[in-house]
Amino acid sequence: MAYDYDKSIRPGKLPHIWCPGCGHGIVMKGLIRAMDTCELDRKNTAIVSGIGCASRLPGYLDACTLHTAHGRGAAFATGVKMAKPEMTVICCGGDGDGTAIGGNHFIHACRRNIDMTYVLMNNFIYGMTGGQFSPCTPTGAIASTTPYGNPDQVFDISKLAIGAGATFVARTTAAHPREIDKLIAQGIKHKGMSIIEVLDDCPTTYGRRNKFRSVIDMMKHLKANSVSVKAAPKMTAEQLEGKFLTGVLFEDTEKPEYCEQYANVIKKAQSA
Amino acid sequence: MSGARLEIIERNCKGCSICVEFCPKDVLEMDVFLVTAPRPEDCIKCMQCELLCPDFAIKVHDE
Amino acid sequence: MAKKVALLQGNEACAQGALYAGCKFFGGYPITPSTEVAEVLSVELPKVGGKFIQMEDEIGAMAAVIGASLTGAKSITATSGPGVSLKQELIGYACIAEVPCVIINVMRGGPSTGMPTGPGQSDVMQAMWGTHGDHAAIALVPASCQEIFTETVRAFNLAEKYRMPVQVLFDEIVGHMRERIEFPEPGELEVIDREAPSVSPEDYKPYDSTKGQVPPLAAFGSEYKYHVTGLNKADDGFPTTKASLVDAEERRQVNKVLDNVADIESNEEYLTEDADVIIWAYGSTSRSARYAVNELRKEGIKAGLFRPITLWPFPNKRTAELAVQAKAIVVPEMNLGQMVFEVERAAKGNCVVAHEGRVDGDPLNPGQIMAKVKEVL
Repeated sequence: MAYDYDKSIRPGKLPHIWCPGCGHGIVMKGLIRAMDTCELDRKNTAIVSGIGCASRLPGYLDACTLHTAHGRGAAFATGVKMAKPEMTVICCGGDGDGTAIGGNHFIHACRRNIDMTYVLMNNFIYGMTGGQFSPCTPTGAIASTTPYGNPDQVFDISKLAIGAGATFVARTTAAHPREIDKLIAQGIKHKGMSIIEVLDDCPTTYGRRNKFRSVIDMMKHLKANSVSVKAAPKMTAEQLEGKFLTGVLFEDTEKPEYCEQYANVIKKAQSA
Repeated sequence: MSGARLEIIERNCKGCSICVEFCPKDVLEMDVFLVTAPRPEDCIKCMQCELLCPDFAIKVHDE
Repeated sequence: MAKKVALLQGNEACAQGALYAGCKFFGGYPITPSTEVAEVLSVELPKVGGKFIQMEDEIGAMAAVIGASLTGAKSITATSGPGVSLKQELIGYACIAEVPCVIINVMRGGPSTGMPTGPGQSDVMQAMWGTHGDHAAIALVPASCQEIFTETVRAFNLAEKYRMPVQVLFDEIVGHMRERIEFPEPGELEVIDREAPSVSPEDYKPYDSTKGQVPPLAAFGSEYKYHVTGLNKADDGFPTTKASLVDAEERRQVNKVLDNVADIESNEEYLTEDADVIIWAYGSTSRSARYAVNELRKEGIKAGLFRPITLWPFPNKRTAELAVQAKAIVVPEMNLGQMVFEVERAAKGNCVVAHEGRVDGDPLNPGQIMAKVKEVL
């Protein structure tokens, strides 16, 4: 009945550093369940992150874990995967880490279609530094550096990933825990670059500034504004206004994976 | 059959109250900053509390 | 049997040295004047089952190199000053996380984009102090194509032995010059591999100082699971802000180099024994300096050449001794004064220390160095 998370968590590491109500813990549980579903040998699994609240995730998990520099997770992970393709590589991090300072590494990892699973926790804000706006902060929203409302336009991370060439792109929210592990497991099994965007809540630095009275409000907001990709075609444009699509948004099983492509390079070089 | 043993790991609970709010059977309650389970007999084992707890602080056991 | 001989460019010799050392991974980004290193390795690495990846930028290249090294692969990147500037963030990461890797800097002239096809020696201070925070550095400065080969091998050895990034700096002149190279036979040059842990996976701590100043590094994907971070950490690899642990770790990481200078140091001396004036020169400039020494001797001036091959850690002891022996030390460099300040510091006022600099894209010529020597004597 009760799920055994303890065997995946390093002894003595809980409670974690995240604030009360922060969705990152929900995502971490989903990741553990997905890793169990895929029966990943933790010795052969690298979990790589950048910097930020979400990037603290690897430290809790019993595996080969690599907490790198701001935005660089995908590039470090590329080196790990290239050098040892037999390892399962999972990347995780937040929206600012992955799409602002790490945007270049993110899109090029997608373009190469290297076999890794990137769990991107999008909580619409830079949490660790105290709530500055990120590329995903909604236009008009209040952040510590947008006191008059955010003038910037927003990245749609999943569309960015699809456009850049990732071959498995899915989105869910922290309010849909069962979907989190299902989608991450699909991503891990997919041969190629998988992006799992999890819309997440930051009650401490985003919620309280933007008229969410509590974390419950934020979770309800995530639930109420999610539309499954299966339900969306039956809805009008009006009904879809302001909603986010969840589920598997894109899948391509034809495009060659990067390490396999390089294995062909090795074959050619050695037969020349 | 309804009813379950709800284990609260107090050391991990940060009192966010997500579990209390999303429990469909009103099994859980907040005791200021800590969750409690005063009505375990009403639990239908839907697992929402355990799945949604960000802090690894609640476990739903069979009995 | 006669050794394999070839006419190689410095950059090509560097790539061949990397292969000799057992390099299995290159991550890089194209930049003049270092690109030939990447080009040769893109041909040769897959032949030996190694991996070559051209990354999206210099930072990503450095990241991939560190990631690959953590799986146990000997890893290298090659770039020039602007690229090294970008890589500084992760050179610091490799220092604190103690991940072996080799960084080649084929030095061009000028700050910023500067003079991409012209030589310079103006990144020598950057090699020591470029990344933020306290850290140790090892930088090697070969002066010929043969030496680029052997020093690239030594850079891998030092990186693996001391578990840290090692930079090899040569200027564009040596990088693009062609010279006769004798390929060492396998086994002729020492090749060092990093020490693997001997404890059980349960007992493994990646920064366990009881295992010596350089604790063994396990490979990702082996029996060992551990955590790596760029934060200050305790011996188990997990972040800490506990003062005593942070202090001990930072000091160990610097002292593992400073306590082993004798092992890391490498210098060449030419006619220094009775010298009144020492020309303290490295890289291509040392070639002009050697010519100048011979010419000055013909004119009756007792000149000698001190040529550091390891630039960092700085050859403090020998420089100080020469300052006591000589009347003057002249430091010619293709910059407006960098290593000369270190020489001055080591000389402690025991002799005249003078700088001869040049930053116009032309090499320092012997006449210029000779004129400076005559001026200070």
